[in-house]
Amino acid sequence: MSYISLSHEDKKKMLAAIGISSLEELFCCIPEEIRLKKNLNLPSPLAEPELVHYFEEIGKRNSDSGYLSFLGAGAYRHFIPYVVDYLSSRGEFISPYTPYQPEVSQGTLQVIFEYQTLICQLTEMDIANASLYEGASAAAEAVLMAHRLRGKPKILVAKTLHPQYKDVIRTYVKNLSIEVKEINYGESGAVDLDDLAGKIDAETSAVVCPSPNFMGIVENMDRIGELAHKYQTLFIVVVAEAASLGILKAPGACGADIVAGEGQSFGLPLSFGGPYLGFMACKKDFIRQFPGRIAGETKDVEGRRGFVLTLSTREQHIRREKATSNICTNQAWCALRATIFLETLGRPGMRELGYQNIQKANYALEKLSRVKGVKRRFGGPVFNEFVLEFADSWPNVQDFLRKNGVLGGLSLEPFFPELKNCALFCVTEVHKKDDIDRLVRLVGEVLR
Amino acid sequence: MIREPLIFEISAEGKRAFEFPKLDVPEKKEPLNNLPLRKDIKGFPQVSEIEVVRHLTRLSQTNFCIDTTFYPLGSCTMKYNPKVNEKVAQLQSFLFSHPYAPQDLIQGNLEILKSAEEFLCEITGMDALTLQPAAGAHGELVGMMLVHACLKDRGNPRKVVLIPDSAHGTNPSSAHICGYRVQEIKSNEKGTIDLAGLDRQMTEDVAALMITNPNTLGVFESDILKIAEIVHAKGGLLYMDGANLNALVGKFRPGDMGVDIIHLNLHKTFSTPHGGGGPGAGPVGVKKYLGPYLPIPVVEKGPAGYIFNSNRPKSIGRVRSFYGNFLVLIKALAYILSLGAEGLKEIAEIAVLNSNYLRKSLEDVYYLKYSAPTLHECVFSDKFQKENGVQNIDIAKRLVDYGLHPPTMSFPLIVPGALMVEPTETESKRDLDAFIEAMRKIAQEARETPEIVKSAPQASYVRRLDETSAARNPVLRWDGDIEK
Repeated sequence: MSYISLSHEDKKKMLAAIGISSLEELFCCIPEEIRLKKNLNLPSPLAEPELVHYFEEIGKRNSDSGYLSFLGAGAYRHFIPYVVDYLSSRGEFISPYTPYQPEVSQGTLQVIFEYQTLICQLTEMDIANASLYEGASAAAEAVLMAHRLRGKPKILVAKTLHPQYKDVIRTYVKNLSIEVKEINYGESGAVDLDDLAGKIDAETSAVVCPSPNFMGIVENMDRIGELAHKYQTLFIVVVAEAASLGILKAPGACGADIVAGEGQSFGLPLSFGGPYLGFMACKKDFIRQFPGRIAGETKDVEGRRGFVLTLSTREQHIRREKATSNICTNQAWCALRATIFLETLGRPGMRELGYQNIQKANYALEKLSRVKGVKRRFGGPVFNEFVLEFADSWPNVQDFLRKNGVLGGLSLEPFFPELKNCALFCVTEVHKKDDIDRLVRLVGEVLR
Repeated sequence: MIREPLIFEISAEGKRAFEFPKLDVPEKKEPLNNLPLRKDIKGFPQVSEIEVVRHLTRLSQTNFCIDTTFYPLGSCTMKYNPKVNEKVAQLQSFLFSHPYAPQDLIQGNLEILKSAEEFLCEITGMDALTLQPAAGAHGELVGMMLVHACLKDRGNPRKVVLIPDSAHGTNPSSAHICGYRVQEIKSNEKGTIDLAGLDRQMTEDVAALMITNPNTLGVFESDILKIAEIVHAKGGLLYMDGANLNALVGKFRPGDMGVDIIHLNLHKTFSTPHGGGGPGAGPVGVKKYLGPYLPIPVVEKGPAGYIFNSNRPKSIGRVRSFYGNFLVLIKALAYILSLGAEGLKEIAEIAVLNSNYLRKSLEDVYYLKYSAPTLHECVFSDKFQKENGVQNIDIAKRLVDYGLHPPTMSFPLIVPGALMVEPTETESKRDLDAFIEAMRKIAQEARETPEIVKSAPQASYVRRLDETSAARNPVLRWDGDIEK
């Protein structure tokens, strides 16, 4: 297929206008010795029907969507209102660039402004940016920001932060003078406050704490925030499951200085891990060190309200190496989907979403932990994920579930060697009672 | 035109646009007892479905976009986004795929990743490639981390990265975030890298030179082999920003020019839509000796099928969660598969033809600071128009009145009053001619009736916006719900 719009005649006329006789002359400035002497070794081009067929066939080699899945761990299945797909597919949203020319990009800019407002309302923080890549790099950006603000060499990270987020933070700080230390979890699965109190000191730039954490436990964030602030340390709250924000106490109400997280739950399908949506919010005092694009309100020459990208003196295209981040292209279209999702669910919908997740996950947790040979691993309160410990070998249970069309939970031993025979289960509003009962029945059967 | 309010301003108690199925498990109080709950989400909207639909539809209609308008943003490669690519990326087998699903159940996904990796290696002439970076700047950061890891392995990660003054701002920023000190290289009178200058600056303290080729003026660094030689002779690495690959694709390969590391912007050269600022994808290709340092995980083909391998001791580590912007990678793969080798080559040829046609048709009325031959884009300036007090921003805004999207403004920094035009290969002669005609008309207006140009745009949804006061008194969210 060719997407070129020039006719043979057009090409001739244009070459004549330029004053050359062949396309090759256009490349005369490139030394002959580096010219590719052959065609690229690529498959013969596919026509549209062949292309669709190719992807349909390759898609058939994925069979996970035929299973009843209880996998979560940073990627969650939630209902997506149909209007999200419908509206976000409009060419006016998919095919423009970053809104550098505000007069012809008000749609994109107003959506970003509304998105920033929605994130501020959900997190109860003062300002939010236009988006970052995804949750893990958003957490890493928050760490870099805290380090710029405080300049102290130490960062304390809860051991229960998503393992991939911890990895990414380590990758980002590896070549800088920043030391990352982990804070243990206690019996409840929440942060061990004594361990935190023992490790935090005046040399600590930030405490990074997830809630709900990787074990599904909702933290007592007020206590962590208080401890952090005693040492002028910044309190970074990481939210890997944003659906919790509609019902749980907001990070901003718990003393968070910076909130970073993953917004995939807001209208983005699982998509094998991307594109997702990094979000970030902070207190307004920190705005000069805040990374990423930001939309702001202003007026046009006739006094009408309009929106522009603003505070760009923080950014790479103005400040170059002194910028607060190197981010340029972010995840604007994913933020658009989140905006449509949040505006469609609205205040009652966001609460209901959180409520159903809590009820269903806890129903599953209660039923499963009553099965002989299954134990609830941690006592802390949960949102929509929980860890079970199996008396028998977990891999056997997992195999049996899989043979019966069920995926999950996620084996925890590869991430936490001390959690042998433990698995993380996720139950959201998309699971019917029958689905949960089926899981319970199967677990009962295999352990009988 | 109807002024579209903010969603918060049309919100009212009692309206809703979505209902969940009724809770089908027994409701219990206990789970809530131990949880810290919020009472309310203050100010959060409540609207009906038709209100959401009209709100977003009307907002969308105030945007210029590729589907409606010529959009010659220089350095952004705003080409047509094929619709079938959207369709294949929306197949249920990809959308519902969980990133932690067992690997034997997602062989299709892994095959897609492996194919995209192999094809992009072939296209760039590199030996290994990671698909994980989410955007170009993310790719640059990964590239700098690769430089650091490799040189550290050789004994000294070094301190400095050299970057030409014509480079994108992301280049110095990415090098800095990786812990490097940035040293600028001044462009010569042709707008390219000065070999003598490079030779002086290229010491054993320098880890890498980051170049863009063709550079941001659209000019090819024809000394590229000598540049590579100078860098390599001092033990440094040559990094290429692939933002402008559209000028070369299918005809020239960075891997054949002495480049050690390159990032690509799949949302530029490979036509995945920009989405108003992402999601993109910024794969990084490397020469063989750098392969062991690539981020984890990597896809490998084993006896039982494809697997993810994270056991790579030299790797820089993980740079994001999961495996990249997967759906974006599908669209880019679809693009490569539908074009094939011939089609890719045609991209470069026609992109360069279109750009040179625009250049030739406008260079008598708009000043070109550098006269060197250009490839896929060219950078005019407002020098002639300034004589009548008309600046590049005025020209840009006047184009809006003619229904056209403006070029990139005020970049690269080495051209004062820059107007950077990149038409791409997908535009018709008719649309190019309409742009030429509008630009010539504006040049005439600048001479005869400059006030019209300076007060543009007249016909847009909003007129010129006050960006200074937006930055001075930042209003970054709707504040109707905040007590003052």
